[in-house]
Amino acid sequence: MTRLLTMKNLVIEGFQKETWSQIVSGVDLHVDRGEVMGLIGESGAGKSTIGIASMGFCRPGCRIVNGSIQFGDTEMTMASDAVLRRIRGVRISYVAQSAAASFDPAHRLIRQHAEAPVRHGIMSHTEAELHARELYRRFDLPDPDTIGNRFPHQVSGGQLQRAMVAMAMACKPDLIVFDEPTTALDVTTQIEVLATIKEAIRDLNSAAIYITHDLAVVAQVADRIMVLRHGKVVEEGPSRALLASPKEDYTRALLSVRKGGGTKIPHRHEGEPLLDIEGVTAAYGGGPPVLQDVNLRLTRGKTVALVGESGSGKSSLARVITGLLPPARGSIAFDGAELPAKLGDRQKETLRRIQMIYQMPDVALNPRQKVHEILGRPVEFYFGTRGTEKRRRVAELLEQIELSDHYLTRFPSELSGGEKQRVCIARALATKPDLIICDEVTSALDQLVAKEILKLLQRLQNELGVSYLFITHDLATVKAIADEIVVMLQGKVVEHGTREEVLTPPHHEYTELLLASVPEMDPDWLDNLLKTRVGAKLREGPASERLSRIER
Amino acid sequence: MLSSLLRQIRKAPWSARLGFLIIAINLLAFAFAPQLAPFEETEIIGGVWEPGFWAADCSEEALSLRGPCWSQLNHSRVDGKAWLGTDHLGRDLLSRMLYGARNSISIALIITALSFFIGMTLGFLAATMHGWVDQLVSRTVDVMMAFPTLIFALIVLSVAGTSTPVLIIVIALLDSTRVFRLSRAVALDIEATEYVEVARLRGERLSWLMWREILPNTLPPLIAEFGLRFCFVFLFISALSFLGLGLQPPTADWGSMVKENAGAITFGVYTALVPAFAIAFVTIGVNMVADWFLRKAAGLRDEY
Repeated sequence: MTRLLTMKNLVIEGFQKETWSQIVSGVDLHVDRGEVMGLIGESGAGKSTIGIASMGFCRPGCRIVNGSIQFGDTEMTMASDAVLRRIRGVRISYVAQSAAASFDPAHRLIRQHAEAPVRHGIMSHTEAELHARELYRRFDLPDPDTIGNRFPHQVSGGQLQRAMVAMAMACKPDLIVFDEPTTALDVTTQIEVLATIKEAIRDLNSAAIYITHDLAVVAQVADRIMVLRHGKVVEEGPSRALLASPKEDYTRALLSVRKGGGTKIPHRHEGEPLLDIEGVTAAYGGGPPVLQDVNLRLTRGKTVALVGESGSGKSSLARVITGLLPPARGSIAFDGAELPAKLGDRQKETLRRIQMIYQMPDVALNPRQKVHEILGRPVEFYFGTRGTEKRRRVAELLEQIELSDHYLTRFPSELSGGEKQRVCIARALATKPDLIICDEVTSALDQLVAKEILKLLQRLQNELGVSYLFITHDLATVKAIADEIVVMLQGKVVEHGTREEVLTPPHHEYTELLLASVPEMDPDWLDNLLKTRVGAKLREGPASERLSRIER
Repeated sequence: MLSSLLRQIRKAPWSARLGFLIIAINLLAFAFAPQLAPFEETEIIGGVWEPGFWAADCSEEALSLRGPCWSQLNHSRVDGKAWLGTDHLGRDLLSRMLYGARNSISIALIITALSFFIGMTLGFLAATMHGWVDQLVSRTVDVMMAFPTLIFALIVLSVAGTSTPVLIIVIALLDSTRVFRLSRAVALDIEATEYVEVARLRGERLSWLMWREILPNTLPPLIAEFGLRFCFVFLFISALSFLGLGLQPPTADWGSMVKENAGAITFGVYTALVPAFAIAFVTIGVNMVADWFLRKAAGLRDEY
């Protein structure tokens, strides 16, 4: 094998808070022809910066300070713009995390596909379109001959990401940089894209750099894995060896992350019914119903996990419970009493008892309020506590979420993602609620941080006896924290029961698909899955669409 | 607060610093007009349209007698006399400029503040309440915006008379329509965020949502807009004064000073240009600062 890309002692700095600080500090990396290199790490590890640097590019506000990037015979750090232009898009191409944001919404897919090869003079427009259709066929996109004539919003998220992979291959590049290509997708859709990427790399014999934060995903595609942290290499090695026997503690922590949260202690009030949703049907405006005849029961001190893909109505159900979306039909009982449908009709006391934690802690905290204001307000608002008593309560809340009181005077922008989410949890706890609705609370966080948050939530439940309605698409989280599981598909509950009941066969067909889609650390997992009946189904495309067709 | 402002100014580009300088000079005039002005606002001190310090005698005899033109700046006039000459009634132009700064700027500030108060309250209200409140206010504003502002102001002022309070209320109302548009748009953005939803779910009152959750997050664009609107108001008052419907004589104000002295141009006396340039400078200065602030608020950086 010949060496394709070599990075030596790469140092990249970023401009932040008015000084230059290192984002990547002295990374050595090499990729051989036809080889897939997996870059893995938390956010801020510098993996995307390295991926983009392989094209001799830096994001605005960054600069390459030191080191060399040798691609083929070209030194990318020294090359002129004209030389780089001939390489980028032709010999190295890039697949970004969000295909929806990467495609120009105003042009048809195939036109965008043909742009690079035509512009670089590699193919004529007709040839490029022919090649595009061939790639669409190879990637099992539906209607490969005509799908290119659609606009980006007319195909599903998974199909769009596959079209993006096809576009990256338009000029038959030597190297493709995949930057978290499946992170924004549902688990079942992830399989379809992963399978495409794996096939594309194998068939076309391109080399690739695959960037992700999910070790199980990278295990499926990479030949070698490099673990990064704070811009430095933690560990590097062939995939199988690295997964089988990691040398560093950090890698081991990443490997064990899926194994779960804390242990559960039964609470004294456990078993009393708290929330009872019956026959709820709801729609936004005059649109089609997003919830159809949903029943759900939650008992005190328990955690019910609400599982489903995006668009399944999970978050809409949360809005119905909080009163933001009054249902068209059905009733909700909270602690034995009927819950008014509209937010405005509810008593302050009822509002206090139901709290919510959101997916994105960044937008859930007012950026102009300090932590003590954020936590102090609900305390003052519901209990009328002021002065020293309020300060004492806020300090106590901080202690519960395991943050020191230095954080009191900080603004949200001065906190990390995990810390922000902790503050959100504390804000919910400040009202001494009976029910907390957790809407995808861990999915925007790094895995190790997410694990800590789950542990914290479990500990708080043990101590305070609060109930959780846990909305998630991540089955690993569900396994870690749920007592009961409700599976939703297209606004309907398709399966519900205790965790053991739902997770042990026989499953509902959709649950089976969901369960099978969760990547495992085994490098052969994807290949084995695709050989099975379930895998073949997943390969065909958006699972939910097909299933709903079956049901009708 | 002040030191951080100074630090910001030191880092600002030259255009913004120039703007700050112009604003500072005007603020000085605004604050200390009675102390700085050599004469009273309405005191008549000499003849009509007497030239100021530039009135050197540059005729050929004078040049041969007393050397180059620039060295003969009229020192006799400068000593306790009119630096900038006198106006059409023989009043000291410099004094009137200083008092005029005071009147024009204070009225423009009051009007802008009032229009922001009205516009922001209605804008935030429309954004947080949605529904018919939003529709009602927005459509009313649309109707108001359909009339050309100057014509609208002229009609109202000629009907209601040209006292200063009427002037302030009319211009503030007209201007608040623009403020309403902007504040409603920014507030809608903020209103959709989850921290506002959290406050709503907590059961907070409308006033808390508007002033405590939304306002602090909409400040940067609104402050920048304040600078721009201040300029427009300033120009608008000047325009109205020029048409005779603004501040009434003998109150000094730049717009009416341009109008009163415009006739002098025909005689080769440039008195009218002094207030005209003053208006231009203030407008440009405030705009430079507002521009810089807007760019800062939008997060656009020009370090690279």
